[in-house]
Formats: sequence, C-alpha cells, structure tokens
Amino acid sequence: MRRISFSDAIDDALGQAMAADPRLILVGEDVQGLHAGLFVRFGRQRVRNTPISEAAFLGAAVAASMAGLRPVAEIMLVDFIGVAIDALLNHAAKVEAFSGGRWQVPLVVRTTCGGGYGDGGQHEQSLWGWLAHIPGLSVVVPSIPADAGGLMLAALELRSPVVFMEHKLLSSRWLDFLGSGGRETVTYDIPAEGARGFAPDIWEPLAMGTAAVRRDGSDLTIVTLGVGVHRALQAAAILERQGISAGVVDLRSVSPLDKGTLCKEVGRTGRMLVVDEDYESFGLSGELAAVALEAGLVFKYARVCTQTTIPYARNFEDQTLPSVERIVRACTSERWI
Amino acid sequence: MNRSPDKAGQRSPDLWSLYEWMFKSRIFEEAVRQIWKDGKISGEMHLGLGEEAIVAGIVSQLIEGDALALDHRGTPPMLMRGVDPLGLLREFMGRPDGLCGGRGGHMHLFAPERLAASSGIVGASGPAAAGFALAGQMLRPGTVSVAFFGDGAINAGMLLESMNLAAVWKLPVIFVCKDNDWAITTPASTAVGGNVLARAQAFGLKAIEVDGAEVGAVWSAAGEALRHARAGHGPVFIRAHCVHLEGHFLGDGLLDTFRRPVYSFRKRTWPMVRGFFRRGGAPWIERIASLRQILGGVLAMQSQTARQGDPLRRTRQVLAEKDAYRLAALESSVRLKIQECVAIALASQGRAL
Repeated sequence: MRRISFSDAIDDALGQAMAADPRLILVGEDVQGLHAGLFVRFGRQRVRNTPISEAAFLGAAVAASMAGLRPVAEIMLVDFIGVAIDALLNHAAKVEAFSGGRWQVPLVVRTTCGGGYGDGGQHEQSLWGWLAHIPGLSVVVPSIPADAGGLMLAALELRSPVVFMEHKLLSSRWLDFLGSGGRETVTYDIPAEGARGFAPDIWEPLAMGTAAVRRDGSDLTIVTLGVGVHRALQAAAILERQGISAGVVDLRSVSPLDKGTLCKEVGRTGRMLVVDEDYESFGLSGELAAVALEAGLVFKYARVCTQTTIPYARNFEDQTLPSVERIVRACTSERWI
Repeated sequence: MNRSPDKAGQRSPDLWSLYEWMFKSRIFEEAVRQIWKDGKISGEMHLGLGEEAIVAGIVSQLIEGDALALDHRGTPPMLMRGVDPLGLLREFMGRPDGLCGGRGGHMHLFAPERLAASSGIVGASGPAAAGFALAGQMLRPGTVSVAFFGDGAINAGMLLESMNLAAVWKLPVIFVCKDNDWAITTPASTAVGGNVLARAQAFGLKAIEVDGAEVGAVWSAAGEALRHARAGHGPVFIRAHCVHLEGHFLGDGLLDTFRRPVYSFRKRTWPMVRGFFRRGGAPWIERIASLRQILGGVLAMQSQTARQGDPLRRTRQVLAEKDAYRLAALESSVRLKIQECVAIALASQGRAL
C-alpha cells in the first residue's frame, strides 16, 4: 500500500495497463503535457497530442478501437464533449447493437467534470446522467484514489465504451491547471479523503456497477457519487450529532447501476436522499427513485442537485452545487418525519 | 498590403486613437492580472495581452449594428467596443453588479446592446458570427459580424463548417484568426495541416494575411475586409499573426518553467522524471525524445514571448518619435482612468474568494 493522489492514481493505473498492452494508446488535447509522466514513459507514438478537433479524434478513437487498438481518448473537460457527442451517441454506443453483437467498441473516454473552483457553467458541468442516459455507454465516477485506479483498469478491460469521469476538485493536477494556475491566494473546499488516499502497489480492476456503502445509517440513506460522497459524509457526521443516523452509498458508476445495494440500503431505512452534482431534472436523481419504486420499495424521497446553469461567482456557485449545508437542511426537513 | 487611396475615400489609420485603445486594453488587463494573482478572480484567466493591435485595428472600424462573436479572450474586444471597464472588472470578480451579474465570468461575456457574445468553447465564434451575419443580412443590411478565434480553433469542425456556410450564403462575416502558432501547449506545426490561408480560400473566402503586431496594417486589412463584406460580396478571412505575452492563460505551464522554476519542478518536472525511470514502456531513445520535445516546447514558448512581438512597443515607438509629450499625456490619462476603475471595483468588493 502507498499514499497517492487522485490524479496520479488514474495515470498510474493507466500506465500499468499501457506497459502490459502495447495496443493501448492515449490521445487528446495537450496530453503530452498534462500527462507528461506517461508521455515520457511511453513516447509520442502512444501518447498523442491532437488538434482541437474533438469530433475528429473521438470519432477516430471509436473506429480505432473497432480495428484493434485500445484507445483512451481524453476530452479535456466533459463540457467540451458537446462538440463530439455524435461519436458517442450514434457510434460508440450503437455499433455493438447494430452489428448484432459482432463488433465491439473497447474505448475509454477519459474526461474531467465537476465544479467548485469558479470556472463558470461551460467548464464545470457533471453530465454523467446525460451520458448514462444513452444505452451502450458505461459511465464511472470515482470518489477516492483507490477506486479511481481500479475503475480505470476495469474500464480498460471492458469490451464496450466507458466514459471515465475525473472530478476536478479531487484532482490536484486539474485544479492547479484550471483553478489556481499556481496561485496560493485562492482556496477550494477540497475533500481530503478524495484528493489523496491509499492505493495498492499493483492495481486490480474494480468491477463496475458495485456501489460502496461508505457509512452505515439507520434513519436515512444518502445516495451519491464523486465529490458528493465527501459532502454527504461530512453532512452525516453533523446529522449524527443531531441524533439522525444517515448512511452514505457511493454509487461509483452511474451505468451500470448497482440497483441491489441501492434497494437494500433504502429498503432498510425507508428514506432516500440523492446528492447529485449533475442537473436535477430528467437525470440520475429521478432514475434512482424510479429504480427503487420499480423494486416495490416504499420510501420517502428528497434530492439535493444542481438545478440551474452553474454561475461563475464563487458565492453563487456555492449555493448552486450540492453543499454540506444543503444536505443537512434536506435531511432535517419536516417532510422526512 | 494595398495601401493606395481607396475610391470610397479611405482614410489613413489614426495611430493615436488606435494606440489609446490598445494601451487602455493593456493597462486594464495588467490590472486584471494582478487582481487574479491576488486571488480576487477565480478560475482560469485568458488575457488578450499581445492581441491588442488585431482587436483595435478591426473593432475601431465597426459601426452601430455590427456584431461580435468572441472567444475566451473577450476582454479587449468588449472594452474597445465601449463596454464599461468597471462592469467587466466587477464581472471578473464575480460581483452582482458586474456586466452579467457575476454569472458569466471572463469567458462568458455578453453585451446584447452591442450584439457582442462570447464562448469558452473553441471554435464556437464561427457559427455565432454566421448567425449574427444572417440576421444582419436580413434585418440590418450593410452591417457585418466579426468572429475572433485563435489558430487552435482552425481545426474545429464547426468553424470550418461556418466558413463554408458563410461562403454559400454570402454572409457578411469577417473571420479573424489571431494566430500565435500555439494551441495551449501544442505547436501549430504538429496540429495544423496545410496552409491556414489556403483553407479559407478553398471555401471561397477572400483571405488576407497580416502582421497582427502592426496596428496600421491590421487597420488597412480590416478596412478592405469590411468594405468587401458590407458591400455584400461575402465573407472574408483575416489571418493576423501575434504572440500571447502570457501564454495560453495566466499560470501557463510552459512559461512557468522559467518564471517559477521551483514550483514548476515540483508540479511538472518531477512527474516526468518519475515517468522516465518507470519500468515498462518505450525504449530509452523514445523517452529521451519525449523529454527533448517538452524542453523544446518550453524554449520555443519562451523565445516567442520574449520576441519583439509586442504590438504596443512598436506603435509606441512611432508615436514617441512624433510627439513624446502628447504620448506621455495620453498614457497618463488612460492610466489614471483605469486606476480609478480598479480602485472603485476593489473598494466595493464583496466577500473574498
């Protein structure tokens, strides 16, 4: 075991896989600089800078994966995937179904997501629910370094397309690049347990679609992912002092979704609070309620999500993204009693 | 460059007025840089330091009803189009009395009364300018729209598509490529195939190449482009070469290597060293090639920004020879105005970020 940062964990696991499989390549904008460790280690043939042509290189990565390569295509920020969404929506996600299962797309799209550093609503979205909406795509959102590396290996082993999402607030490298720019005059509410943590010396794949119960609770279950996990754990500690026992479930992947753990935990407490940094309407939070209802559960339900375009100003942003305060308020509201 | 007198009565550029705009933009953005460093502006900060001559040469010739489609470096064009600097500064500081109520920030500046809109998505100014021009063509004949973008955007499909759309619909768009030869850390030589000007010509656009550090030259090129577009002859492409004095954005890693070596070593060089010695991967010769490439990028960016590419220095030199006293008066007057603006913004700031 060793201590490792969230961003290093992902590159470390990716490096382990690249060393083992020469078909694995990394392509994306400025990857030779952003992942300089991998660039120096694997060279320019396998770590390739691209022009700012997301539609071209993501579309090419889809076909390259169909023709024998194992590309990891990096979309610098998930917000930028709008430019290239066709490659995922109409191709990566559909080839296996269209070909009657005869042709698969073993592609990993690596991308950063999330807000909390004042970069505005065109650079801070989550969009995991939006992506997971598409049949044929897997979407993973780790919350701690150990999961991040393990899920990266699992994503690389899967024979179908996976969107691997790296929250910028957990990733010191991205936060330095896009947030502080090397300044020491700005501060962020970085979850310490997520930004750095223990990791195995040799990575093992962590099966997608297995949620983790981060905290047991008997009164209500907070279901969340990414940075939301850390916010929820903080809220649960506050709630405990108020006599409320809140459990926290870390989904780790949106698709496949661990319906079993979700239903087991919510079934036990009879209360589900979804904490989702993605948009509230028509997304993951509603889906989780639907899954539990379809399973025949009777439960009370509330959600803390992002409801509007994320404002640039830090104070407005704090009010918009799910916060510990909003979670505590939701858990202590009268409708739960 | 065709500098012969024009039939429509072409004036010669008023260097004093152009310099005043450039200088105002420079002083304003230098103040922004300091406020950003002090932590009172959050997130990224892309400045137009080095692009002033391009923006001044074009924006100074716009008329009522012309539209601006801007990229992530929207500050100089907004300022030169007459947007209140205090509103901009307050916007950057995330204040409710900012240009957009603190909700957009520097990459998402909007001034509807001046038909000026910006986007942080690379290449997005292309389609936006085409749309502004379509509305202009149908509702305000004789007006144009201008798209500002960098050479990084020249590889974005939507920009190329909008050049074609503008050509087939004869839209009055001026596509302005502020070409500094870099897409963040990726040099154009490894990202741009063929010739940028030839691309535009192939779509049927009138294409002009100009030294973006010479404001007079930009002014003349823009005048020619604007007459062409206003007369209904279709879109024009201007490729204006420039440098970014602060790299891609404040805290640019390539520039930091020399500016803040200790920090840079810890954050950037150390991971490379570790990668170099990791077992498994490419042979040594390839690893050394990677290191050399990174070092080459650092040095290239360094020499580019140190080069005589600063557009202000050149114009200033010309004006100083003409009338040093007038120049000093102009500069101190602009400086004073910006200082006042900064003082007001800082005095009334809200909570620290």
